[in-house]
Amino acid sequence: MGIEQASQVIADRPWLTEVATSDAALRQVLHGLPGVDQVGAEARAASLATRSIKRDAKLWALDTSIRMIDLTTLEGADTPGKVRAMCAKALRPDPADPAVPPVAAVCVYPDLVAVARAELASRGVAIASVATAFPSGRASLAVKLADVRDATAAGADEVDMVIDRGAFLSGRYGQVYEEVRAVREACGSAHLKVILETGELATLDNVARASWLAMLAGADFIKTSTGKVSPAATPPVALVMLAAVRDYAHATGRRVGVKVAGGIRTAKDAIRYLVLVRETAGQEWLTPGLFRIGASSLLNDLLMQRSKQLTGQYAGPDYFTLD
Amino acid sequence: MTGIRASRGQSARPPDEVAPAQSADVVGQRGQRGEAAASPSPGGTAARPPDDVAGPRPAGRGWDYAPAPESREIVTIAAEYGLFLDGTFSPAADGREFPTINPATEEPLARVALAGPADVDRAVAAARQAYEQVWGSMPGAERAKYLYRIARILQERAREFAVLESLDNGKPIRESRDVDVPLAAAHFFYYAGWADKLEYAGIGGASGAGMTGGDGGASRTGVAGGTGGASRTGVAGGTGRGMAPRPLGVAGQVIPWNFPLLMAAWKLAPALATGNTCVLKPAETTPLTALLLAEVCQQADLPPGVVNVLTGAGQTGSALVGHPGVNKIAFTGSTEVGKEISRAVAGTGKRLTLELGGKAANVVFDDAPVDQAVEGIVNGIFFNQGHVCCAGSRLLVQESVADIVVERLRERLATLRLGDPLDKNTDIGAINSREQLDKISALSAIGEAEGAQRWSPPCRLPERGYWFPPTVFTGVSQSYRIAREEIFGPVLSVLTFRTPEEAVTKANNTPYGLSAGVWTEKGSRILWMAQRLRAGVVWANTYNRFDPASPFGGYRESGFGREGGRHGLAAYLDA
Repeated sequence: MGIEQASQVIADRPWLTEVATSDAALRQVLHGLPGVDQVGAEARAASLATRSIKRDAKLWALDTSIRMIDLTTLEGADTPGKVRAMCAKALRPDPADPAVPPVAAVCVYPDLVAVARAELASRGVAIASVATAFPSGRASLAVKLADVRDATAAGADEVDMVIDRGAFLSGRYGQVYEEVRAVREACGSAHLKVILETGELATLDNVARASWLAMLAGADFIKTSTGKVSPAATPPVALVMLAAVRDYAHATGRRVGVKVAGGIRTAKDAIRYLVLVRETAGQEWLTPGLFRIGASSLLNDLLMQRSKQLTGQYAGPDYFTLD
Repeated sequence: MTGIRASRGQSARPPDEVAPAQSADVVGQRGQRGEAAASPSPGGTAARPPDDVAGPRPAGRGWDYAPAPESREIVTIAAEYGLFLDGTFSPAADGREFPTINPATEEPLARVALAGPADVDRAVAAARQAYEQVWGSMPGAERAKYLYRIARILQERAREFAVLESLDNGKPIRESRDVDVPLAAAHFFYYAGWADKLEYAGIGGASGAGMTGGDGGASRTGVAGGTGGASRTGVAGGTGRGMAPRPLGVAGQVIPWNFPLLMAAWKLAPALATGNTCVLKPAETTPLTALLLAEVCQQADLPPGVVNVLTGAGQTGSALVGHPGVNKIAFTGSTEVGKEISRAVAGTGKRLTLELGGKAANVVFDDAPVDQAVEGIVNGIFFNQGHVCCAGSRLLVQESVADIVVERLRERLATLRLGDPLDKNTDIGAINSREQLDKISALSAIGEAEGAQRWSPPCRLPERGYWFPPTVFTGVSQSYRIAREEIFGPVLSVLTFRTPEEAVTKANNTPYGLSAGVWTEKGSRILWMAQRLRAGVVWANTYNRFDPASPFGGYRESGFGREGGRHGLAAYLDA
C-alpha cells in the first residue's frame, strides 16, 4: 500500500492527481480550501437550530433518527452480557411497539465483535467496531492494521478508525493520508468511518481540512468524535463536515457519509442534526447509508418522544428498557 | 408547505438543470394553502446492512417540515385604534380613520385614526407640557427607571409584539421574534443606562470634547474634557449642572414600515434617555406595534405626554415636521422624502437627523470563507425581504470566484422557505404593500430590459397577499438602474471586480453611503477597505448585524446623524 495506489484512486479526477504525492502537495490542496469563518458557521448552526419540527415531520424525524443510530458501548467494563443486551435493544428498541425500527448498527470494541455477530448475524443491524488503537490512535501502523483485521475477521461490517491527530496537527498530512489508505485496504468490504476527533483539531478550518483529507484517502464516512474527548460533536462542526461532503460530491461525484458522535442525548438534539443535514448536504443524505448518530442514551429519549407523539402523553422512564 | 425547496438533485448538477420537483408550494396559510405537507413515511423498512447505501427514504419529495404556525391568539387586535395623546387614546379630531391590513393575506386587521393638523397641535402641546413640567427636569436616574421598565415589559410581552409585527408588516416570525423585538428591548436597556451618565458621554462640556474622541472612549473622553469635577459632585444632580448637556425639547420622529417597532425604539430610547419628549409618527402601513408600544408606556406609568403616537400618512408626517413647536426632527425613510424634510426644516432652527436609503455593496474577495460569505449575501439582501435600508443589494464578487459563489448562492436560495409569515420555519415573508410590490416588480422588469440575467429559485407564490420571489440578477453593469437605484426588495444585483482598487471604486460609485460588507480572510485587507469605503457602517465577514452600542447612520444621500451607541445621544442633546 503506497502512494502509487493512492494516486490511482484519484487518477480519473485530474485535478486531484497530485494530491497524494507529498506533504507539500497535500498541504496545497488542504490549505487551498476556502476558509471557514467560525462566527459565521456558529451563527448559521444556531439559526438552523430554531427550525420548528412538528407533527408528521417530527414523527418521521424520530423514526429516522432511530434508524440512524449506531448504538454504542465503548467502556473498559464492557462484557459479553452487556453487548448481548445492547444487541437485543438494537434489534427491537421498544418491546411494546414492534413498529419501532431497529437501529442502524451496534458499535463495540474489536474483541466483542464476535459476541455481537452471534446476536445479530443477518438480522438487519450492522456491526461496527472501533479500531486503530481507539481512541488515541497512538500505536504503530502495524498494530493499527492488526486491530482492524481483528475486527473484520470477527465479522465487523463497519470499521470506525481514528486519525493520527498528532500527525495532522504537525502538518504530516501524507502520513495521515497513508494510514487511512492502508486501513481502507485492510477493511476489505467493510465500510470505513474515519474519526477526525474534532475536539482535538480545535479550529473549523482544521475540521474542513481533515474532512477532505479523509475523503481523498477513501473514507466512506467521516465522523466527528470518539466520544472520549470533550467537546465531541457540535452543530458547527457537523455543519462544516456536511458542507465538506457536499462539496466533495460536487467535485468527484462520490457521496461520503457523516457520523456525529458524543454527547447527543436528546431527541431534540438529534432532530437538530437532521435539520443541519437537510439544509446543508441536502435530502440525499437523510438516510442511514449517509448519516449516522453514534449514541447510547439517545435511543430511549427518541422512544419516549415517539410514544408521546403517537399517544399525546409521556410515559415514565421505566416504560423504556435500560440495558 | 415550504416554499422554494432544496433542488439539488445529483450532486454535481448545476442548479438550473435541477428539476424543481413538486417542491414549490407555500408555507401553509389559512384558506390558501398549497399542497398539504408531504406525508412522511414513518416506520419504513428496517435498517439495512451497511452496503445498502440507499436505505429507506422518505416518500416523494423527502422530509419536509410540517406547518409550525405561531399562534396569533396571543395578541388581541382591536377593531379600532385611536391616537396616543397625552397618555390616553383618543380618536382624531376630525374622526378620520384608515385601514391597516395583513400584507400576507390582504385581510384588514384594524382601523386606525388618521391624525390631522389639529391632532399634531394637541400632541406637540402635550409633549411640550410634559417636557417643561416633568420630563426635562427629571433626574436622569429617574428617567432611566421608566426606560428599564419599558424594556422589561417589552421582553415580557415579546411574543405578542412579534406576532403583531409579523401580522402588520409581513415579516417572518423568526425575524420579528429573534431580531426586531429583542433588539428593540436592548435599545431601551442600553439607553436607560446612559440616562444618568450623560455628563460622561463626551458631548458638550466646557472643553468642547466632542464626538471625535474615538470610539469606545466615552467615559475617558468625558473625564478628560474637564467634567471630572461634575462627576464627583453631580451624581444626584444630573441635568441642571453647567457641564451636563441639555435636552433639545420636543422631538418629532417619523419612522418607516420596514422595522416598525425597532425603529420606534431607535427613536424613542435615546430621545427619552436624554430628557426629550416625543411625538412619534409610525408608517401608514404598519401602525400597530407603535400603538402597542404606547400601551406599554401606559403600563410603565410613563408620565402623560412624554410619548405621543400619531398614526397617519404622509400629510401627518409633514404637519409634524412643519410644526413650529417641535425642536428636533428625526426621520428614517426614503431619500426623496428626506430631501423634502430637509427643505422644510431649513432655516427653522430645528435640529435634524436623517437616515435614508442605500445601495450597499457587499464585497466578496477570492479568499473569502465561501459558505459564510454566501450566508452573508443571503442575510444581506433577503433578510426582511430586502426591506432594509442598509441591505447588501449589490454583490461585488471578485471575478476569479464569481462562478462558484453564484452557484453556491443559487443552491442556498433554493432552500429558502417562502410563505406564511407566522410559520416559525418561514425565511421569506410578504412584501409590505401593493405599492412596494409594484415598485420592486417595475425595477426588476427594467433590469431584464437592460440586459441582466434574472434568476429566481423554483418557487410558487401564495395567491393572495403581496409576494415577490428572491431574485438574483447576474451580468449587471454599474450603469444599470438595478445597480444604482434602491429597490428595497429581495432583489440582488451581482457585479464583478478584478482588484481591490476596483472593488472600492465600484462600491463607492453610488450617491448613497450607508453600509458595506467585506468578505475576506485577510485582516489587513478588511482595514484597508474600511478606510476607503464611503459608508457609515462597514461589516467585516458579517452583514446586517446590529447592536444598540454600535452607531448606525449614513453619508451623503443616505443621510446624516448617528443612531445607537454614545454617538446616538448627540442627536438629542444640545452640545
